[in-house]
Amino acid sequence: MRSLKGLIEDLLSIPEERSTPERYRIVGRNIAILMLITTLVPLALMTVINYFEYKAALRNEIQAPMKTLVNKAKHSFELFLAGRLSTVNFIASAYKFEELADEKNLNRIFRVLKKEFEGFVDLGLIDSNGMQVSYAGPYGLQGKDYAGQAWFEHVRVNGVYISDVFKGYRKFPHIAIAVQHISDDGREWIVRATINTGKLDDLIASMGLDAESDAFLINRQGVFQTKSRFYGDVLDKCPEIPPISFEPAVIERIDPLGRDVFLGYVYFNQNDFVFVLVKPKSDVLKVWYTLRADLLIVFVIGLAVIILAVLKLTNIMMKRMKESDDKRTLALREVEHSHKLSSIGRLAAGVAHEVNNPLAVINEKAGLMQDLIQYNPDFPDKDRFVNLVKAIIQSVERCRTITHRLLGFARRMDVEVQILDVNEVLQETLGFLEKEALYKNVKLDLDLSKNLSKIESDRGQLQQVFLNILNNAMAAIGDGGTIAISSFERDSQMIGVTIKDTGHGMSDETLKHVFEPFFTTKKSGEGTGLGLSITYGIVKRLGGDIEVQSKTGTGTRFTVYLPKKTPAQSGV
Amino acid sequence: MKDWKVLLVDDEKEFVVTLAERLGMRGIHTETVFEGDGALKKLETYEPDVMVLDLMMPGMSGLTVLEKVKKLYPKIEVILLTGIGSTSEGLTGMRLGAFDYLMKPLQIDELIQKIGLAISKGSSTN
Repeated sequence: MRSLKGLIEDLLSIPEERSTPERYRIVGRNIAILMLITTLVPLALMTVINYFEYKAALRNEIQAPMKTLVNKAKHSFELFLAGRLSTVNFIASAYKFEELADEKNLNRIFRVLKKEFEGFVDLGLIDSNGMQVSYAGPYGLQGKDYAGQAWFEHVRVNGVYISDVFKGYRKFPHIAIAVQHISDDGREWIVRATINTGKLDDLIASMGLDAESDAFLINRQGVFQTKSRFYGDVLDKCPEIPPISFEPAVIERIDPLGRDVFLGYVYFNQNDFVFVLVKPKSDVLKVWYTLRADLLIVFVIGLAVIILAVLKLTNIMMKRMKESDDKRTLALREVEHSHKLSSIGRLAAGVAHEVNNPLAVINEKAGLMQDLIQYNPDFPDKDRFVNLVKAIIQSVERCRTITHRLLGFARRMDVEVQILDVNEVLQETLGFLEKEALYKNVKLDLDLSKNLSKIESDRGQLQQVFLNILNNAMAAIGDGGTIAISSFERDSQMIGVTIKDTGHGMSDETLKHVFEPFFTTKKSGEGTGLGLSITYGIVKRLGGDIEVQSKTGTGTRFTVYLPKKTPAQSGV
Repeated sequence: MKDWKVLLVDDEKEFVVTLAERLGMRGIHTETVFEGDGALKKLETYEPDVMVLDLMMPGMSGLTVLEKVKKLYPKIEVILLTGIGSTSEGLTGMRLGAFDYLMKPLQIDELIQKIGLAISKGSSTN
């Protein structure tokens, strides 16, 4: 029990490590096993219970008619014997000894007897000494002495005797019926008739058994009283003597032919006979075998369907689970990323403010130096100093641009939403770049969707997004190349803008960091590394998304997706 | 231009002193003060045409100084100096009566131009 409990606990536990393929495999396997156990155990139980219940019911159904048949046969035999016995009894008591002793008379009675009742072979009168006084029949047994024979003694004691089947003097199987009569004057005689056992065979034949079944009479010693279809002739020894039962009973045996059989039987009350009915199981259980095959087929199909369904379901569940885990991980990463961006933003703002004042001082000092040089006509090395100061002032200007961008990045700008045409914004933005493109021999290829939906967004911020991407494209191309700009409807919610350049492209490593602040591949001093992270921040703030694909040497493609309706402002 | 009187208020001494010297070289008369309180005191004895006022100062902030100046000396035009990215503060200052605002680091010519505009506005209203 303990180990079973442990096993179930093992199956129900889910490994904690997230997103490893091993984990999904184990969870999937456990769920599949649990589902299979919970579905297959009841199915198997139902099948087994059905199997045994139905088998028992069927056996009962088969045995009941067999018992009825056996009982009916017994009654037929008993009726037959009782009928013959009372006939002989009637002859013994209806006629006087002398009448019966007269052979002519006896023959006449015998003729009537044969005519009225089937099966009688002969008829004889035996006196109290066992001598056959008169005889009617085919064997000429007149004068035969039966004194000392067991049956003679039996009939003298009991008044009635019905023999087992025997051959005796007549050399064919028959039954002898003897009845003792004692007249009023104390005279004693015995009337004895023999009956052909063919009549018993006829009774069995009339049962209309199928070819595989058998029915016969045996005596209590197991000697065949009628011939059996499979197990022996009259007076042969029957291979099986069923246990004594005066009520019809059915037992299961394997017969000498090796067949599984039902053996129905009943012992006779008045005689030594036992009626036996043999039916092979294969016949009577044909229905059962069909049903068993059906059960098996249903079970196997059920099994297959369940296994397939369980595997399919588990698969789907695992896929869903992995998808939702992936989504969660992605969401976490995005949160991390935006946290990173916002903390970097705060840092940037601090840096910008702090740097600004010394910058202003440098600016003024350099300005003053410039003034001093310019206002003094005799300043030695005037031109050189003018250039030096100019360089300082230019550098301050550059620092100013950087701090400005840093602040732009850091600022939580409120989105100023209006309904606008993105194609228009694109064209305006391109206006800034036309001269530079001309100068650098860059072809600007426009493919703007004419049916582009107007969207709710911030014009200034969109311009900054497109300008940043276009500036990057321009920088990547160098001299000569194409920037292809297209706009399109993505679906009912979003529109898209693709900006594709034929520049030098990016490596996979660069691609990974492309939206991170301060990441730049430009030469020191040429870029702040903030452009694309600002772009990313703006697009996200506008409720859109940005994708980048790039291949070294081939070019880069940025796709910006923008919602048609601005989401509720998140303040990111 | 020679008659212009300008009061420069900024806590960054190096900046304000240098700026004063440069303006002086251009014939503009300047006085410098390094804190808000000092600026108000200075005004008791010195009446400039224009006051160039830094918004980010320890102690009394630029906006407070602005409010008081506009209340006590409405004739004095005030040009605000803001840090980069403090546009909104500059705009607030303009609502409170400042003539204009400029971002640091400054372009000296731009400052002189604004001072000139402020003085011509002051004289036209007078």
